Amino acid sequence: MKFTRRDVIRTTAGAAAGALGSRFVGSSAFAQEGLTYKPEEGAKLRLLRWSPFVQGDEDQWLKNTKRFTEATGVEVRVDKESWEDIRPKAAVAANVGSGPDLMFVWFDDPHQYPDKLLDVTELGDYLGKKYGGWHDGPKQYATREGKFLGLPLATIGNAIVYRESWVKEAGFSEFPKDTAGFLELCKALKAKGHPAGFTHGHGVGDGNNYAHWLLWSHGGQMVDEAGKVTINSPETLKAIQYAQELYKTFIPGTESWLDVNNNRAFLAGEISVIANGISAYNTAKVNKDNDPKLAEIAKDIRTTNLPIGPVGKSVELFQVTTAVIFNYTPYPNAAKAYLQFMFEDPQMSDWITSSAGYCCQTLKAFDNNPVWKADPNNAAYAKASATLRPNGYAGPLGYASAATMADYVLVDMFAKAVTGQATPQEAMEEAEKRANRYYRV
Amino acid sequence: MAVPSVAVQRHPSMLSRLAESRNTLGLGFMLPAAALLLVFLTYPLGLGVWLGFTDTRIGRPGIYIGVENYEYLWSDSVFWLSVFNTVLYTVSASILKFVLGLWLALILNEKLPFKSFFRAVVLLPWVVPTVLSAIAFWWIYDSQFSILSWALQQMGLIDHRINFLGDPTNARASVIAANVWRGIPFVAITLLAGLQTIPQSLYEAATLDGASRWQLFRHVTLPLLTPIIAITMTFSVLFTFTDFQLIYVLTRGGPVNATHLMATLSFQRGIAGGQLGEGAAIAVAMIPFLLAAILFSYFGLQRRRWQQGGGD
Repeated sequence: MKFTRRDVIRTTAGAAAGALGSRFVGSSAFAQEGLTYKPEEGAKLRLLRWSPFVQGDEDQWLKNTKRFTEATGVEVRVDKESWEDIRPKAAVAANVGSGPDLMFVWFDDPHQYPDKLLDVTELGDYLGKKYGGWHDGPKQYATREGKFLGLPLATIGNAIVYRESWVKEAGFSEFPKDTAGFLELCKALKAKGHPAGFTHGHGVGDGNNYAHWLLWSHGGQMVDEAGKVTINSPETLKAIQYAQELYKTFIPGTESWLDVNNNRAFLAGEISVIANGISAYNTAKVNKDNDPKLAEIAKDIRTTNLPIGPVGKSVELFQVTTAVIFNYTPYPNAAKAYLQFMFEDPQMSDWITSSAGYCCQTLKAFDNNPVWKADPNNAAYAKASATLRPNGYAGPLGYASAATMADYVLVDMFAKAVTGQATPQEAMEEAEKRANRYYRV
Repeated sequence: MAVPSVAVQRHPSMLSRLAESRNTLGLGFMLPAAALLLVFLTYPLGLGVWLGFTDTRIGRPGIYIGVENYEYLWSDSVFWLSVFNTVLYTVSASILKFVLGLWLALILNEKLPFKSFFRAVVLLPWVVPTVLSAIAFWWIYDSQFSILSWALQQMGLIDHRINFLGDPTNARASVIAANVWRGIPFVAITLLAGLQTIPQSLYEAATLDGASRWQLFRHVTLPLLTPIIAITMTFSVLFTFTDFQLIYVLTRGGPVNATHLMATLSFQRGIAGGQLGEGAAIAVAMIPFLLAAILFSYFGLQRRRWQQGGGD
């Protein structure tokens, strides 16, 4: 049963080191200058990661894992689960103290069970020092009180994906850079029969990205630095009013959308503008040879960052993933050695390149990875780690920020107001009340 | 000369007496089932109830906080919305499943060509894994690609697509319809089994007395079927009340929590949100409703007087 339900990939030690791993032949411990972890005798590891959105990501991760196995003899089994199932699985593993040794978790997960995670500060500091430092946003998700609870693995960027010909047809020679211009564009697109579509439903990724952009771009915030709920503010009101105007230009039904709906509608040629990871573009690009319609769309797709609002700078949530080691693992050194190996060059470079713009580097030394220039559409995702703002801004990361997001407080606030189920003021007050429950006021 | 035989009287050993004792054997046979119930039912249920009185979060054992979780829920509009949704969902879906299921069972009980084939086909929605049928409904209700919207548009009956899952009323109706589709076979096949236990002689006697078709149904079929209906509907109500997969796949509780059931909200708060205590409290809050449904079935529907058409 296990094997039919899960896609289990087992990487095993090769009998002979291949061309890739030849430089590690003969060493039982993987060693890099400066920091060495000697895997425990007979160590075996199991990693649970999210299912890839871009096949190159998984293929390269497995290739790198194979290199590690060849170098150290440590077998690593890599399992994968749908990305939304990772959070409950990680929660259960942390709570019962049993499960995979390593896991790729999302958002504030490490802050929910910091005591259950292996301290990897030494490794985090080492990698940061060696590779030009960590980008601040992903680092915040992975650190608590100065300690690394895991290693910031990647940021899954989110950007505007649009049809260039339709934007031009609507009278815009280039995509507007600010929120006011963006609203005008969406109105013009709607008039031309090519509406935009942004997720107002319970889509964990797209719903939250859009709602946070609306809020932050207008200067609103859920809580202040001390964790006091400040969502009920004139800035939030402006954000809601803006969302109401924008919603009028959307294709009907966006309040029911989950994560996949916008991709589907966009790739079917139903809508002109969405906000998404690079996977939407990649799907069109990868399948263009089999489908002339997709080939046409792929040629017409352009990407750019979400417009800047009154706040004057780019502020977005994105999805951040952290690689953690549970402290119940019997092989902590092997797990650290594995992560070290995977984060070192050339493994990390290869992985970022193969992820085709989906996974943005967290270590600054990899900022110039050729992937960001390989396709002009990749550029909008290149700075995701540098510009992201952590969940629950401007308060501390922790269970309250995680619970507020999981309960879709912000997503519901906008959805309620734009669909006319509540006035902006009512929606804001309800969000304040709901957030207060988690921030325990 | 006859040798006197000595009769040796054997006293049965304690062990053999125990082995032959009906009580001991009964206990022995029940033990595995009791152990299973204790381990997989009583313990989790007890733990759930206990968690509801604590502030346990994921990765952090909680402390006893009395009824604080329930106090929070009492003042939580989303929780009350989920209670309303759950009751609406259960009552509407159960009534529809009962009426349609009984109707289907009565048809299938008639002499039909290819009867066995139809009976097998009727079971299909029940056999298909819920997640798969939920995904099929997800496409059927898609705001852009719904086959229903497309067909109605092609027929010229509507001029715009139906917002199945975006409008709160539509969304509730849509998830109820999906649940009914999935639940009808269980009701129909179980009631069909019940119908087949009713002796033909009763119908013959009633017919000789000049009973009409309606009177046959009202005074023969229905009273004799009531115990089966009670059991079937108890199960059906329990399945519906605790539904999770359908909502999780179709709407995640949206739009704006209009389709959140207590089960989905419990998961959202307890697992995704990390608040095990509050999630458990929501799950425990389902118990009174479930108990009420069971008690109604056992002490209400199974009353002989009701079955015989009388009142209390």
